[in-house]
Amino acid sequence: MGFLTFVVKRFLMLIPILIGVTFITYVISRVTVPNVARAWAGPRASAGQLAALTARYHLDAPIYLQYFYYVRGLLTGDWGISPTTGRPVLYDLAIFFPATVELAVAAIIITIIIGIPTGIVAALHQNGKLDHSIRFIYLAGFCSPPFFVGLAMLLIFGYYFNVFPTQGELSTSLTPPLKITGMYVVDSLLSHNWVDLRDSLWHIVLPATALALTYFGIVTRIMRSSMLEVFQRDFIRAAFAKGLSRNAVVYKHAVRNAMIPTATVLGLLLGALLSGTIVIEAIFIWPGIGYYAVQSIESLDFPSVMGITILFTISVILANLLADILYAVIDPRITV
Amino acid sequence: MGTVIAVAFLILAISVWITNNAILPYNVYLITPTSSLQPPSFTHFLGTDDLGRDLFSRILAAAPIDAEVALSVVGSAVVFGLVLGSLAGYVGGLVEEVIMRVTDVFLAFPGLVLALAIASALGPSIFNSILALTPVWWPSYTRLARGEALTVKSRQFVEASRASGQTTRHIIFKHIIPNILPVLLVYATLDIGNVILVFSVLSFIGLGAQPPAPEWGLLTSQGQQYLVSAPWYPIAPAVAILIVAMGFSLLGDGLRDVLDPRVRGLFS
Repeated sequence: MGFLTFVVKRFLMLIPILIGVTFITYVISRVTVPNVARAWAGPRASAGQLAALTARYHLDAPIYLQYFYYVRGLLTGDWGISPTTGRPVLYDLAIFFPATVELAVAAIIITIIIGIPTGIVAALHQNGKLDHSIRFIYLAGFCSPPFFVGLAMLLIFGYYFNVFPTQGELSTSLTPPLKITGMYVVDSLLSHNWVDLRDSLWHIVLPATALALTYFGIVTRIMRSSMLEVFQRDFIRAAFAKGLSRNAVVYKHAVRNAMIPTATVLGLLLGALLSGTIVIEAIFIWPGIGYYAVQSIESLDFPSVMGITILFTISVILANLLADILYAVIDPRITV
Repeated sequence: MGTVIAVAFLILAISVWITNNAILPYNVYLITPTSSLQPPSFTHFLGTDDLGRDLFSRILAAAPIDAEVALSVVGSAVVFGLVLGSLAGYVGGLVEEVIMRVTDVFLAFPGLVLALAIASALGPSIFNSILALTPVWWPSYTRLARGEALTVKSRQFVEASRASGQTTRHIIFKHIIPNILPVLLVYATLDIGNVILVFSVLSFIGLGAQPPAPEWGLLTSQGQQYLVSAPWYPIAPAVAILIVAMGFSLLGDGLRDVLDPRVRGLFS
């Protein structure tokens, strides 16, 4: 089939999904809401504002026509105006998005650092005590509500041991680094601001680790099962027959091949992490989309909530697409 | 052990619900400011909250609420899944394509995000949470049912039924559905814990159960500000969620091992 054809084909498959997703968000935001104008104008809007809003969003048009206005708005960047901040929703999202990206990337890194070794160990001790213990730990993480791990870590490492800061991205006594990407860690690194770099790293550890401890089971599980599957393969037996030591076989051959299927869960992992950030950012007062979401819900800012829904969903869809492409890069056989 | 926890939870939920909280040691709603934020003791096993209400009783009282939400969501998901999945699997063709594409679209949404959006559109309440959570779960059951329906469809008694001229509707209701129902019910059982998890997050954010109703997520969020001064307040309900969710998860693992390994990949 060829790699390029594969990528193009996957992109084209996105389009019906995106149409479907926008249709559902349209139904949620315009049809299921009891009083649409009031929901989009905010609870404190006057009658005149309601009328102006109705005209602006074409809320008096027939339902099928409204969908076209809605999609046109999405594509042109008009995702509505937030009644609480008075700014376009997309603008607000752009302000909060980098912090969430930073947190998600940090969480993914820590998840991989925890998940892959535990998966390897679990596979090597299959059905043994270590395997069962690891499974118990990651199951405990996966079955705990995201706020449990967050609150527990906050209590233990933030307060009782006072090792890590308990909220925010940066200590209030410091000035933020030069804004290049909006992510404090990256920006401090790029602008050689070592004080800010150290401080922002210190701030990101706790929330990112809380997220990682909750969801690392996803990686451990697939690493373990793909290790077990790789062990059955012929080339492993060939390696042993060649006289390679057990360590060499495991770490040089098995692990590398076992890591390939791990790429497939990246989309799933990101979806779970984004859901988790909503809670973790609220607990750690991390100024990202999750925090913005909780604030918007509290202030009944419906346009913002719908904007966040679309943003998160598109992120997960793109992450899945990237995972598929990454998998195709690593293992070209699937493009055939 | 998972079975024990899961069954214990359901028995607890039913008993509390039937007796209308009467079997609990303390009144769940009575505000007694004089005994607020007491640490765990022999009189109050898990301490009290900021309004003096016994935390142990409140945590137990949350069981019927969570059970109600979980069973409603899972029940509706099974019904939807049964009907749509067997239709898609047995009839095939355009019907199957349409149903499966719609399922794909719903599955593209991260679960919590979709539930959040619907819940904030409808307004915060327990009933609206059920309405918000069901669309998150029905797609998986539809897929599962379709897969099972495809298998059952190729079995001899179905072919015989078709050969003898039975209507499609008859075949679906009398043959397909009864044969795929057990698998769906097994997954429904293990999903109860998952629904409770997501519902508790909804309540934590403020979209699910509302005060003064006792619900684990809500209790945790109410106790959050007392994390340092009274850690039992937010931690205890969160641990309750963990225990129940783990119980159902372990139960599900055991059930899945008993089942046909063919479907094992779908929900893991």
